[in-house]
Amino acid sequence: MLAYAIRRLGLSVLILIVVMTAMYGMVFLVPGDPASLALGPRATPELKEALRERMGLDQPILTQILYFFGNVLQGDLGIDVWSKRPVLEQILEVFPNTLILGVVALGWALVMGILLGCAAVVWRDSWADRLLGVLSVSVISVPSFVVAIYALIVFAVWLNWLPAIGAGEAGDLGSQIRALILPAFAVGIGWVGYLARLIRASMLEVMEAPHIRTARAFGMRERDIVFRHALRVAIVPTISILAVGFGSILSSAVFVESVFSRPGIGTLITGAVEKRNYPVVMGTVLFMTGFYLLVVTAADLLIARLDPRVRDVLRG
Amino acid sequence: MSSAADASAPARRGIGRALLADPMGLAGLVLVTIFLLMALLAPWIAPYDPIALDVKAKFQPPSAAHWAGTDHLGRDLLSRIIWGARLALGIAITSVGIAGAIGLVLGLIAGYGPRWLDSILVLVFDSMSSLPMIFFALAVITVLGPGTTTLIIVIVLVSFPAYARLIRTQTLALSGADYILAEKAMGAGTGRIIFRHLLPNVVGPLVILICMDIPVVIMLEAGLSYLNLGVKPPSPSWGNILSEGYNALRQAPHVVIVAGIPLVLATLGFTFLGEGLRDVLDPRGAGRRWG
Repeated sequence: MLAYAIRRLGLSVLILIVVMTAMYGMVFLVPGDPASLALGPRATPELKEALRERMGLDQPILTQILYFFGNVLQGDLGIDVWSKRPVLEQILEVFPNTLILGVVALGWALVMGILLGCAAVVWRDSWADRLLGVLSVSVISVPSFVVAIYALIVFAVWLNWLPAIGAGEAGDLGSQIRALILPAFAVGIGWVGYLARLIRASMLEVMEAPHIRTARAFGMRERDIVFRHALRVAIVPTISILAVGFGSILSSAVFVESVFSRPGIGTLITGAVEKRNYPVVMGTVLFMTGFYLLVVTAADLLIARLDPRVRDVLRG
Repeated sequence: MSSAADASAPARRGIGRALLADPMGLAGLVLVTIFLLMALLAPWIAPYDPIALDVKAKFQPPSAAHWAGTDHLGRDLLSRIIWGARLALGIAITSVGIAGAIGLVLGLIAGYGPRWLDSILVLVFDSMSSLPMIFFALAVITVLGPGTTTLIIVIVLVSFPAYARLIRTQTLALSGADYILAEKAMGAGTGRIIFRHLLPNVVGPLVILICMDIPVVIMLEAGLSYLNLGVKPPSPSWGNILSEGYNALRQAPHVVIVAGIPLVLATLGFTFLGEGLRDVLDPRGAGRRWG
């Protein structure tokens, strides 16, 4: 299980290298080399040659690719040819915004999802349970950026309660929180439904377990059984889903950030894709994929510690 | 084979009835039918040309002449939405179709071929699906440049590993079954076993999975087009309409409001239908998948 996770991680990294190499190769196939693009039409041939040399574009492509990965290992993701700033610096500048958005979205979705999932179990097979079921499926399937646009029209344009764009003033926590509410709502809402369903299903399975039957036989209140005893067990499978789901949270964040013109990884990379700013796209893809693989692997290890069944398998 | 067909015929009739009895499945079926009809009949039911300009009539709110109003170039929004259904479903069905075919072939190879090939393929499927989809997609778009073909390639690349994995599991489970062993003992060739026995049995679950993926694909197409990284304007993609409307949000909010509705209803419709189908076909798996 763990050995397989490590092999999978290794191959993911390999695929990432293949994708990066393909992108690197493509830089040579698209019309206009990066040096001329960076300097603009009025640059002299000497200037272009100098920049090409500085960017390493005069070397054979294989050397360049090896050089690129060598630099990546040393924490250097290259220089943005347009703004002339290091790519890593730009990423680190906006990454906290995206991370906060993702964590807050997942956080409120988890709290709401657990509450609604437990409510569905307490009221199982009643009309409330069925209503929660339909609502869950509905919010799962609605695209987050459409939710974002509708929320923006209602709360920012019509009611004027919350800011429509940006991430708030630097140093002003109040404005940053206000700017976070709508994006976090839009990114998290689908996950409320998804987690509610997951918790409900996992909980119904746990409710059949012997220790729950014993608790019930002792005459414990249903609500106490659900929240105190069943939830503890039912929450374990959610952790691995949350980790994998962090990828889809990031994906929603890319779209939602763009709706709210919120500085972040999403706005950084979509702007770069549009301008074919290869160093920034490659750097961001590498950084975010690395971060994602880290989160998923950490979750695998965490589950191995939490779940005695998995732990015993690992020990052999 | 004939006995299997006899057994599945009444079951199939039962599926239709069970789906109609489930309110969510029924709602999904109705919505999906409406969107399919819109897509098929777009040239006949759209009241105007979806890309005809009429700048004098720009940003008109919904009226008797333009039921959904007009956009910043005076184009009729209802016509654009109807043609947008054709675009959204066309791209979704084409790309999941290609991905399904690739997944089917690779899954059968992994499940029925030599074991060493299986372990390599499974590792490839798992590794591809463990990359965060959106960044993988954006990298491919940067290389190939935005456009409809790129969009289809991106969707195929991000969806086929899951299909291949499903087919592989099904094939593995089936190829140990007694009737396959009996066929082999009677000297049936690999081709006969794959085409007469494995294929018909593994296609069903794949169709359900593909159905449930269609809303995700519609969402991805609209999202990327919204970011100007998908279908190129002036094509009436729902994402393009949203993005153009977004630029005039304060001046004419009706454009984005109207353009979001088909996207919401289409994803809801396909999801409800997929859920309904799955509950009917595989009641044990209810509430298990969705990611």
